[in-house]
Amino acid sequence: MQTFSNDNFIIRIFHVHKRYGPKNALIDIRFDVSENEFLFITGPSGAGKTTLLKMLNLGEPVTEGQIIIDGVNLSRISRSRIPSLRRKFGIIFQDYKLIPTKTVFENIALVVEAVGTKRRLIRKKVRSVLRTVGMEGKSKSLPPTLSGGEQQRVAVARAIAGNPRIILADEPTGNLDAESAGIIFELLREFHTRGATVILATHNTELIRRTGGRVILLEQGRLKTSTIIPKLT
Amino acid sequence: MLHIFIRAIRDILSNSFLNAVAVITIALSVLIISAFALFFINADAVMNIWTEGIRIMAYLEPGVPEKKISKITQEIQRMDGVQETRFIAKEEALEQFKAQIRGQSSLIDNLKENPLPDAFEIRMAEPFRNNWENFETLAMQIRAIPSVEEVEYGQKWLGRVIHILNLFRLAGYALGCLFFMATVFFVANTIRLVLYSRQEEIEIMRLVGASEGFIKDPFYIQSLIQGGLGGIIGLGTLFVTFNFIVGNWKLEIGTWKLGSVPNFEFPISNFEFGFLSPEISAGILLGSMFVGWLGCYLSLRQFLKV
Repeated sequence: MQTFSNDNFIIRIFHVHKRYGPKNALIDIRFDVSENEFLFITGPSGAGKTTLLKMLNLGEPVTEGQIIIDGVNLSRISRSRIPSLRRKFGIIFQDYKLIPTKTVFENIALVVEAVGTKRRLIRKKVRSVLRTVGMEGKSKSLPPTLSGGEQQRVAVARAIAGNPRIILADEPTGNLDAESAGIIFELLREFHTRGATVILATHNTELIRRTGGRVILLEQGRLKTSTIIPKLT
Repeated sequence: MLHIFIRAIRDILSNSFLNAVAVITIALSVLIISAFALFFINADAVMNIWTEGIRIMAYLEPGVPEKKISKITQEIQRMDGVQETRFIAKEEALEQFKAQIRGQSSLIDNLKENPLPDAFEIRMAEPFRNNWENFETLAMQIRAIPSVEEVEYGQKWLGRVIHILNLFRLAGYALGCLFFMATVFFVANTIRLVLYSRQEEIEIMRLVGASEGFIKDPFYIQSLIQGGLGGIIGLGTLFVTFNFIVGNWKLEIGTWKLGSVPNFEFPISNFEFGFLSPEISAGILLGSMFVGWLGCYLSLRQFLKV
């Protein structure tokens, strides 16, 4: 197993266990993530990928062990500091999680506003991120009227709208055709290039091979391997 | 702040049915509780005027010396709840009686001696008048004084009215509590339904790092608006109903005496029913807003636990 010898870690995970009643979802997970790393988490369904991502974003509490995000121990964080920690993350879900009754613009504006952006800057910011993902023409559309690929682009726009340092993407291409998946993947690579740390949970080995990088394989809640895959040339 | 208020209004409009039901529930509760308050305030005013007219008459044995009379006066005056003690000498009583029967005063003129006893007329202080038992207790205390032959205060029916009114008051408090709890419960459930309908949106806001205040404040504003609107509608309905029933009708009793009931008079002239004072109305309005806030608080506390 290859270890990462970089001291510039943004995420550190020490002997983390997650149990739901008698069921072990994650067992003794430990690894670090460097600043501006592009990390893949892969493994079969039920391996614990989503649980791990949820724990990183404080969506689920850790049963045992410790997670340190940018120097903050999640086990000891006060309730009032949780929102500011969450603002370090941009999250992308497989099922997009867009609010169907709000327009594309409103979906993103909600997040921009929630992270404390000044009112007069919201419109500008939303337009800017929609332009980045190529969806500026659909700002007035409701999510159900968009294709899966378009909805995921909106979800990506929402994830990056708060200028997060870490992007957590849980199977972002799982429901998409190859072309749409490629677009989403390119967007993630672009944000990585701009300095964001990207953690991507996926089954898509083709994408992993195309990009290259560190791949963590989870199986039945255990970290099986952590390997560096070279970029396919 | 203005922006949160706008968001709250937008939320109310997007869940207009649920919010309308909550407002109507609060309005009904306010209407019922305020109606009780209005009844008691007016009943208290009437009872106060009535009980003001109640006197306790203590008749003395014949031949009580003057020195002892002033001692008894002081003793009665020292008793709890006594506002005023007036000694009525039997000569004065006879003059009063003559004045009352006027035309037939010749009947009395033929009497060889004054048959009426010396007496004390005692009036009770205001807070003591509200409880009929105080009249009975005071009467018993006066009766226990040696030289006092008989004590009269009549108006048993008024005692019963006061008693029934007190029972009503208790029922009013109980109903008030019941409606308060029911309304809080209902508002909490309404907010909970709104929260469920927006669960995904709230979840997303939390995941992206929205502060608790950003998520909760619009709900609090929303519930305060609900409470305020409910209060205004409830009080408004009561005001319209009150004016419709009472209108310009005035209860004109005037000052009159019940011949069959001694020691009692109604010193009421042109009693007019009054609506709730601005202070009480403002209190009820604030109370209804508090109900909305409390319902919201309970709901949010449960819903946003994690």
